[in-house]
Amino acid sequence: MSDISPGHSGGPSQRTMEIGVCVATAVFGAIVIIGSLKVGIGWGSEGPKSGFFPFCVGLMIILSSVMNLLQAWPSDRRSRFADWGQLRQVMSVLVPTAIYVVAIPYIGIYVASVALIGSFMRWLGHYRWPLTAAIAIGVPIAVYLMFEKFFLVPLPKGPLEEFLNL
Amino acid sequence: MEEIVNLFHGFAVVVQPFNLLLMVIGILLGVMIGVLPGLGGANGVAILLPLTFSMSPTSAIIMLSCIYWGALFGGAITSILFNIPGEPWSVATTFDGHPMAQQGRAGEALTAAFTSSFVGALFAVIVITLVAPLVAKFALQFGPAEKFAVFFLAFCSFIGMGKEPPFKTVAAMMIGFALAAVGMDSVTGQLRLTFGFTEMLNGFDFLIAVIGLFGIGEILLTMEEGLAFRGRAAGINLKVVIQTWKELPRYWMTSIRSCLIGCWMGISPAGATPASFMSYGIAKRTSKRGDNFGKGEIEGVIAPETAAHAAGTAALLPMLSLGVPGSPTAAVLLGGLLIWGLQPGPLLFVEQKEFVWGLIASMYVGNLVGLIVVLTCVPLFAAILRVPFSIIAPNILVLCAIGAYSVHNSAFDVVLMLVFGVIGYLMKKCNYPMAPLVLAIVLGDRAEEAFRQSLLGSQGSLSVFWSNGLVGTIMALGLIALFWGLISEGWARAKALLPRSAL
Repeated sequence: MSDISPGHSGGPSQRTMEIGVCVATAVFGAIVIIGSLKVGIGWGSEGPKSGFFPFCVGLMIILSSVMNLLQAWPSDRRSRFADWGQLRQVMSVLVPTAIYVVAIPYIGIYVASVALIGSFMRWLGHYRWPLTAAIAIGVPIAVYLMFEKFFLVPLPKGPLEEFLNL
Repeated sequence: MEEIVNLFHGFAVVVQPFNLLLMVIGILLGVMIGVLPGLGGANGVAILLPLTFSMSPTSAIIMLSCIYWGALFGGAITSILFNIPGEPWSVATTFDGHPMAQQGRAGEALTAAFTSSFVGALFAVIVITLVAPLVAKFALQFGPAEKFAVFFLAFCSFIGMGKEPPFKTVAAMMIGFALAAVGMDSVTGQLRLTFGFTEMLNGFDFLIAVIGLFGIGEILLTMEEGLAFRGRAAGINLKVVIQTWKELPRYWMTSIRSCLIGCWMGISPAGATPASFMSYGIAKRTSKRGDNFGKGEIEGVIAPETAAHAAGTAALLPMLSLGVPGSPTAAVLLGGLLIWGLQPGPLLFVEQKEFVWGLIASMYVGNLVGLIVVLTCVPLFAAILRVPFSIIAPNILVLCAIGAYSVHNSAFDVVLMLVFGVIGYLMKKCNYPMAPLVLAIVLGDRAEEAFRQSLLGSQGSLSVFWSNGLVGTIMALGLIALFWGLISEGWARAKALLPRSAL
């Protein structure tokens, strides 16, 4: 992401990202091919072996990555993918969500949801505490009633739910 | 007519009070999904799919398909009132719908949009009722080679007819196939591509991919754009509705043409989005008031809405009769069939008559219920839209996580969902289409099985795909679809050359 064009607020160029995605898909294709070779791509007792189809798929991924790369290479270096301010916005959702997702197995989905909605509304939306608390606590309770009581779908619970004996 | 009798049995199932209740719930949820940014038809249905695990398949599909109709209706509300297309297929509706709202004719525009949606869907359902059983009967004779040819045709149409660069479509599609291949091989039972990770034994579930790619990815995109809602008030009352209804029959030609475009685009997996644009474009060219399009012409609302709804409904025809869905949302519904233990495809019409005709009957009733619900509840939905995004976003994230978790009761799936979300964001920004990826994950195993069985029968010779007229025809159609871009470009060039040489 070194392509910062002078005179603008900056950010990675579309070309850099396109090339990055092509490389990523090519690497993915290579992994698929390696995995297919491991299980065999030849002819077995029941027709083509397990690796045959994914092997072809892997080859096509690499081929199309190369074609996409050839198309992305001469493209305009100045057009931006997004500027840093926009990417910061994206990260401000992505990072809390990542923490939320990792925390679910330990503290349960309800407590984690209260924390996610609450922090989001308080720090990104700048809402007052009463409204923040009402929504952050109300929504998980509504979810609990709808999923666990009405539709009988169990969701992950943590120590708090155990303590409350829910 | 056996089909008519079956259809009436279907109606009897559908109008049971419990099913009618599910229908209204489904429509309401669906419209909300269509209205809220970050939730679309495909991921909305995917998130709510686990809710139906404890229901009978017929009730479940009634609710899910109603969510789908609701989402189709909902897209029009945001387009007209807020100039924000809630769904890609309602982009064309903003062109004339929003100017109408700015002129204070929001009620008229909404009535026209909902009514044309209803007309489009009704037309497509009639087509399904008449054509689907015939297609299914015909498809019963298919062997593995023919089955593979149908998959081949479906995927080639994506490459040739999509608006994204063809090699990006191929890349996305093949990644989907590769993800589908992870885990147990459905033919030999051997494990593959797991690289020793126990989490990957069961492979990747397409529902997780849908929720991540469409749901989380969309939220990240919306955050980047820093969305702010500035909407128009929506006054809709009986007088406006009846006035607009009186005016609508004048545009019967546009309606019929849009219905046909929609059905055609929906059955071939081009989908609702290109259908709405194409219909809008043709209406603009042929209308007497074509110059007025874009400034608030009611015909410019009728054309895309009719086509989008017809296409969205017609996408269920190949899903029911061939087991090949015409859109990502149809793919999610097909995944639902697999989860409820039904085998999608032509046999469905023989073995699960009650289910199939219940679904078809619910399309008739569901769209009627939908029309009434959306016409009466517009102010409610418009109020939802005024809720700021910083409140909506975390709640949608929570819903996505719940949906992803409850598919397999697995916390790892939630992590996977987030990974798919980031991938979806990058794909969207780099103009890779997501629908073929999702379809490939859903159909991958069955396409592979058909492919390998055909090769087994022919001792490895690829000539099996040209061995008789039927399979050869389907494969040839597939190749035409694959190179459609090149063919139409060549045709346009040839046409441009001809007059010059004639001069």
